Parts: sequence; structure tokens; C-alpha cells
Amino acid sequence: MKALIPTAAVLAVLAAVPLVVHSNVTLNFLVVALMIALAGQGWNILGGYGGQYSFGHAAFFGTGAYVTASLQVRYGINAWIGFAAGIAAGAVLGAVLGALTFRSGLRGSYFALVTLAFAEVLRIIASVAPITGAGVGTLIKLDLGIRNLQFQSRAAFYWIILALVGVSLVTAQLIERSRFGIWLIAVRENEDAAKALGVNVNGVKLAAMVMSAAITAAAGCFYAQYFLFVDSGIAYGTWISIQALLTPIIGGVGTVFGPLLGALVVKSLGEAAKLLTGDAPGLDLIIYGAVLVLVIWFTPRGLIGGLTQARKLLMRRSGPAAPSAGEARHG
Amino acid sequence: MKHHSQPLKDISPLIGPNGAGKTTLFSIISGFIKASGGAVRYAGEDITGEPPHRLARRGIARTFQIVQPFVGLSVRENILVGAHLHHRTRSAALAVADQIGHDVGLGEFLNRPADTLTVAGRKRLELARALATGPKVLLLDEVLAGLNPSEVRDIVPVIRDLCRRGITILMIEHVMQAVMSLAEHVFVLAEGRIIAQGPPAQVVADPVVVEAYLGHGAAAKLGTSYGR
Repeated sequence: MKALIPTAAVLAVLAAVPLVVHSNVTLNFLVVALMIALAGQGWNILGGYGGQYSFGHAAFFGTGAYVTASLQVRYGINAWIGFAAGIAAGAVLGAVLGALTFRSGLRGSYFALVTLAFAEVLRIIASVAPITGAGVGTLIKLDLGIRNLQFQSRAAFYWIILALVGVSLVTAQLIERSRFGIWLIAVRENEDAAKALGVNVNGVKLAAMVMSAAITAAAGCFYAQYFLFVDSGIAYGTWISIQALLTPIIGGVGTVFGPLLGALVVKSLGEAAKLLTGDAPGLDLIIYGAVLVLVIWFTPRGLIGGLTQARKLLMRRSGPAAPSAGEARHG
Repeated sequence: MKHHSQPLKDISPLIGPNGAGKTTLFSIISGFIKASGGAVRYAGEDITGEPPHRLARRGIARTFQIVQPFVGLSVRENILVGAHLHHRTRSAALAVADQIGHDVGLGEFLNRPADTLTVAGRKRLELARALATGPKVLLLDEVLAGLNPSEVRDIVPVIRDLCRRGITILMIEHVMQAVMSLAEHVFVLAEGRIIAQGPPAQVVADPVVVEAYLGHGAAAKLGTSYGR
């Protein structure tokens, strides 16, 4: 499909990076940035396209991480199967949470609060439950090998997370061009009008939630494999809920590349800040907050929105005179 | 609201004073409000309480009194939402959306953002969106409200054309010139009940109707020669 060319191009360029960059520090940074991007791509399906802003996507990230870690550590299940199981668990959790919230008609701030509470409850449970290792957390045994989804080289992890991000990009692209996508966007814009046009609003929201949860859970599964350690604060902490919603908003909600761009930009700024000012704790959050305010102020549709606006402005300046407001008189 | 039923002619305007319950009736029929009693029947089936999206699939579409375009989308994309109800692929739905956009007179505006349309344009868009769902029955809620006389004159043929497509139209209207020119059979609603129905000229001269609008005793004061 011709429309997938930009996605293929972006992926090709990113895939080539480990061939020229050999610094482990840089590769590590990129791996983490792409993992955040994946979590954001998941959030974007429900929040960006669907307009349902979840403040608790950690619930899915953490479930993915814990399920894959626990299955390997406690039941000796293969890492790849654990990965798939983690994604499936995230999807199921999404279905449950969606059924509870959407059928009750929870929207807007209420929906955001309930998702936040949900993630927080999971965090508390995980911090005391034996199955998650309670306060100690779950440690996956270091055992390098493709069978265990553990690699010596960062480049291998990089390509895996890039492949997952690629899947999420293609998914977003396909959604945009599908009937489901236009219905989802209609739900975001005006639920009542959408209903009157035959859109099963609750069904659409639920489907979006399940996809969103699965993608973010995949990011969690990857975290477990890359860092080999999960505890309740890492899995279900607000840090990942924030990153998952911040990166699409900054990059551009409801766009294919928004979360990816947002993650790369935000993470880069965070690293740059650390280099300039040392490792002050919480500094990166201050940076994120400042960037968020600036982006919302100048380009409410995120960086991609800003780029689109700039391009339109350039086209107008160089092209024929733009139609004046008066021409829209008859309609 | 008292339960009633009537066979529908091609275009059936529903008129009546404010607060009569016209929009409420539409909201009940289209599944947005639950009826406290009674039933809504369509094509022999009881459809009371069915959710709006399922009614739309059955072929009952409605527009809103206060227009509700999908602001972030273009005119074409707005109509596309409706078109996708019965057309699965993007290309098929786009073809339908473009055709309907032209049919209602929005052909040159298809690429523009919906929020750049004038009020008259938004009314046509509201019409186009509902039309794109391929309805058999169309509930138009004050689609002419807020339009100046020449805009009304321009949009009436579009509405009449819908009838020729075989769509039954039930329209709440206050713009009497349109009601007169469009309809053979008018229903008058007041205080939740149908108080009169019949050809427009007859209904408008009916003292019961006059009193519903102008108050008790008004018919006697004006004489029953009210109207043309």
C-alpha cells in the first residue's frame, strides 16, 4: 500500500541506526525511548484517536511485565510464550476495565480518574501479593540466548523493540484508513452525533481499549526482558502512565507518528538536561512539564500538528492567494 | 406523553408551540430518551428503547436541533461517518459521501474543515450525514431554524428531493412557509398530545390549533378566518 511508504521509510532509517552507532549508552537510551514510544502508541489508540484519556495505562504496562516475568520465574514458561501471554493478559484487562467504565457511561475526567485509581490499586496489590514477589519484586534469571529472549548485544533488543513499534505504527495507519478508525474519531468528536449515525459507541470504545491495552502491555513485557527485574513501582507506577500520555500529546494525538516523535523528543530533552545540570532527581519531570506547557501553548495539536501548520503556511506564502472568508458565504 | 400512532405520508411536518414535546418525541423515537410508557412501533416491530445506533441501522436517522458537526473533520469526512454504516470499505464509503455531498449542494466544500461552514452549510451537512446512512425514515429537527428566507428557499428543494428517493420524512418545523409548501399532511402537537392533523391550510385555521399557540380564547378573538 502506498500509504505505508512513510512508515517503511522511518523504520528503515531507524533500523540502520545500530549499524552506525555502537555506543551502548546511546543504544540503551534509544531502546528505552522506543519502549516509551510503544507505550505511547498504545495510549494513542484510545486517547488520541478515541478521545478517552486514560491516566492509568500503567495497569496494562505492569500486567504485561508481571505476567511474562512470573510465568518464566514461577512456572518455567518460555520467554516468548510469556511475552505473548503478557500481551494477552493486557488485552483481557483492557476488556474488563473498558466494560466496567464504558458501560457505566464514564467519560472525560471521570474516566481518567477511574483508570488512575485502577492502576494504583494494582500497584498496591502487587506490592504485597506473593505472586508478584511483594516488595522484593520479581527477578528474571540472566540466561542469555534467543530462546530466553535475552541478548548480549543491545542492538538485538533495539531491533526487537523497533519491530514492535513498527507493528504499532502499521496498526495506527490501518486504523486511520478503516471504518473502525473513522467511527473511533467520530466518538472522540461527538458521541451523540456518532450514535445517531449508527456508531456503536460503547463497542468501538471497548475495541479501542483492548488494542490500546495490548500494545502498552507489549511495552511492559519488553521492559521485563530488557531489565530482568520488575517490582510494583516499576510496573504500575505513575511514571509510565505519565510517559504513555505525555509522549502522544507532545508528539501529536491522533497521528501515526505522534507518540514516536514525542518519545524521542522528550527523552532527548531529558537526557540533554541531565548532561547540562547533573543527575538532579525529578529534573526530567520538570522538563516534561515545561515542554508540555510550551507545546500546548504554541501547537495544541502537538509537534506533528505544528509541522503540518508550518507546511500549510509555507504553501500559502508561495502558492496562489488563499481563499478569503467571504467565499464561504454560500453553503 | 400520551401514546399515539399514525401512518406517515411522505413528508409529515410536526408543528406546535414551544414545550409541546416535539423534540422529546424525536428523542424517544430515536432512542436517546427512554419513554415512561407506551411503545414505538416501526414496520410492525416494537422498537421502543432500542439504542440510537441500532435504530440507525434499521433505517431511522435523525438530525439535531442544534447542529453537531464533527468539528475536527472535513466536510467529506463528516459525511463519511454516516456513509460507513452500510459501506465497509473506505473507497465505497467515500464514493457515497462525495455523491451525497454534491446532492445537498456542498460539493465545493467537501475538503474544507466542517467548522468553516456557515449555518446554512452546517444544516446541509447535518442533512448529508443522516442521508449517508441510507435511511428509510428521516427525523429532521428544525432543520430550517436560523436560516434566512433565501436560504430556506434554497434548501426546501433538497428536502423535497429526499422524498423522491423514497425516504419518509418527519420534520419538526416552525418556518410556516416551508411547512405549507412541503406538506400534504401536518400534525400539530401540544402538551404532549396530537391536537390536530390534516392539510396545512385546514390545520392552520383550526381554532384548537390557534388556541394552542396563542392562548385560551384567542380563536374567538381572531375569528376562525385566521390564515390566508
